[in-house]
Amino acid sequence: MLLNVNNLSVSFGGVHALNLDHFSLRDKELRVIIGPNGAGKSTFLDIICGKTKADKGDITFNGKSILGKSEVKIAEAGIGRKFQKPSVFPGLTVYDNLLLAAKMKKDIFTSLFFKSTPALEEKIHQVAVKLSLTNVMYKPAGDLSHGQKQWLEIAIVVLQDPTLMLIDEPAAGMSDEETEKTGALLLELSKSHSIIVIEHDMKFVEQIANELVTVLVRGKRLTEGTFAEVKNDQRVIDCYLGRTNAQLETL
Amino acid sequence: MKTKNNTLLYILFVAFFAILLPAGYLAGLLSVNTISVWGRYFCFAIAALGIDLIWGYTGILSMCQAFFFCLGSYGIAMHLLLKKTVASGATLPDFMAWNKIDTLPFFWQPFHSFGWSVVLCLLIPAAFAFIIGLVLFRSRIKGVYMAIITQALTLAMWLIFLRNETNLGGTNGLTDFNSILGYSLSSSSVKLALYLVSLTVLCSAYYCCYRITHSKFGKVLQAIRDSESRVSYTAYKVEDYKLAVFVVAALLAAVGGMLYLPQTGIITPGRMDVKASVEMVMWVALGGRGNLKGAVIGALLVNFLYSICTSLFPDSWLFILGFLFVITVLYFDKGFMGLGDIIRQKFSATRLKTSQTH
Repeated sequence: MLLNVNNLSVSFGGVHALNLDHFSLRDKELRVIIGPNGAGKSTFLDIICGKTKADKGDITFNGKSILGKSEVKIAEAGIGRKFQKPSVFPGLTVYDNLLLAAKMKKDIFTSLFFKSTPALEEKIHQVAVKLSLTNVMYKPAGDLSHGQKQWLEIAIVVLQDPTLMLIDEPAAGMSDEETEKTGALLLELSKSHSIIVIEHDMKFVEQIANELVTVLVRGKRLTEGTFAEVKNDQRVIDCYLGRTNAQLETL
Repeated sequence: MKTKNNTLLYILFVAFFAILLPAGYLAGLLSVNTISVWGRYFCFAIAALGIDLIWGYTGILSMCQAFFFCLGSYGIAMHLLLKKTVASGATLPDFMAWNKIDTLPFFWQPFHSFGWSVVLCLLIPAAFAFIIGLVLFRSRIKGVYMAIITQALTLAMWLIFLRNETNLGGTNGLTDFNSILGYSLSSSSVKLALYLVSLTVLCSAYYCCYRITHSKFGKVLQAIRDSESRVSYTAYKVEDYKLAVFVVAALLAAVGGMLYLPQTGIITPGRMDVKASVEMVMWVALGGRGNLKGAVIGALLVNFLYSICTSLFPDSWLFILGFLFVITVLYFDKGFMGLGDIIRQKFSATRLKTSQTH
């Protein structure tokens, strides 16, 4: 298993935001996490990428424990994160955004004496083509539309070339057409990367969930299964529709 | 188009200050004091470049640049004072004798030699910046807290320098020097030479800063300003970058201070009081932050205005500065440089309109 999570818990001011008994991800697997608001989905990704510190539990990635490591260490270990609210560098051009993201040595002196290579330019260009950013390459990222910012952030994660990508709501604020394109892209990326996607848009989930879907409710894992199984699970339907259900209450 | 404009601006700048002003002096149109005054402004501009790097580009508002500036000035002042003391046959500078001190304090010793003085003038501010930065950036102190802490630090240092027990001249500071490297400071040719040295250092500092900001390192700095967390998740060690730029900014301030001292002939703790440290930041704010040209022009223009205003309306300088600052924040947040852009845009817009109507 690439990623193993056990007994992970975190609470904010006494409220259990997350209380996950077990979660594991295979290499090159695309996993979708769904769940109602406040289920702890984003918190879970925050803990993996080092943004939030967990109270207890353990996370191993590639056989090494990463819990409590700094964001930089975790990023260096090969985990890339796309946030729910697009987080790009608005003052820099799209090209510069991509250049900074690209995988290379990132210490001060390398940056100071950095010279671009044709191979790197080619790589940036390829990713830009894939995410339809070529005609805005020299525009400040702050001037892009919301959908373009989403793609730019995905491009940033792709250029980092991480082993594991954590993608938080990639389809939010996108048109149907853009959403479908994003889905196709994620499927393509999943051939060479492991990916965890959080999403609310069920049509989008159906498009990309070829493997397992994990359902989180109130910080706990409700169920895990294929999209068809999950979709027809009465408990999942109930928690989304807000209906009371005896089994849910005991959870 | 833009690079062409830049080159033109550089040529104009150098032509004006390196040729026109000295020529004006040699022709007897300008007094040597005017030359010296501009030389001092260049020193402020060098420090302003550092402020622009740390604040304009990286988004860290450091209020202790005035302190680094003074460290540079004090170092050179100590050297000049020792040289004068030794030349006059005494062992201690006058103010120490008045304070009934009988041996030269240990930290004055290395300043007998010019070489060591220069090294220490750079090393001490760099070390201070490194330690302050290490502590502050490791604790992830940001934004307004950073400004408050650095300002408090400057204030504390100001209080320390005010004390006679610090053996740095107290409130009166260090003054009354006569020569540097054997050349008399009161001679006009030395003043002209110091002016030209300051101009050269300013130009080289500008070039270095230009290279820094246009390298990938500079882009990382801007990225830190825009979205620090994203930079960490992209695997850059943000603290290292902040620390590096903080040390560079401190060095620039110190270099400015070193050149400033022989041209003014006095350094007092007043150079690093709260007013002075806020003023330094204002040069960059008014000139246009995140723009190296803005920092230089801001420092030169504000100080030029200062000298005009203080002679015309001696009491209202702070009001004028405050008014300019408010206007800048309200209407053109990119400073003088931004104002140029706005005018250019308006101009090209009207030209476009007239060409369309015809």
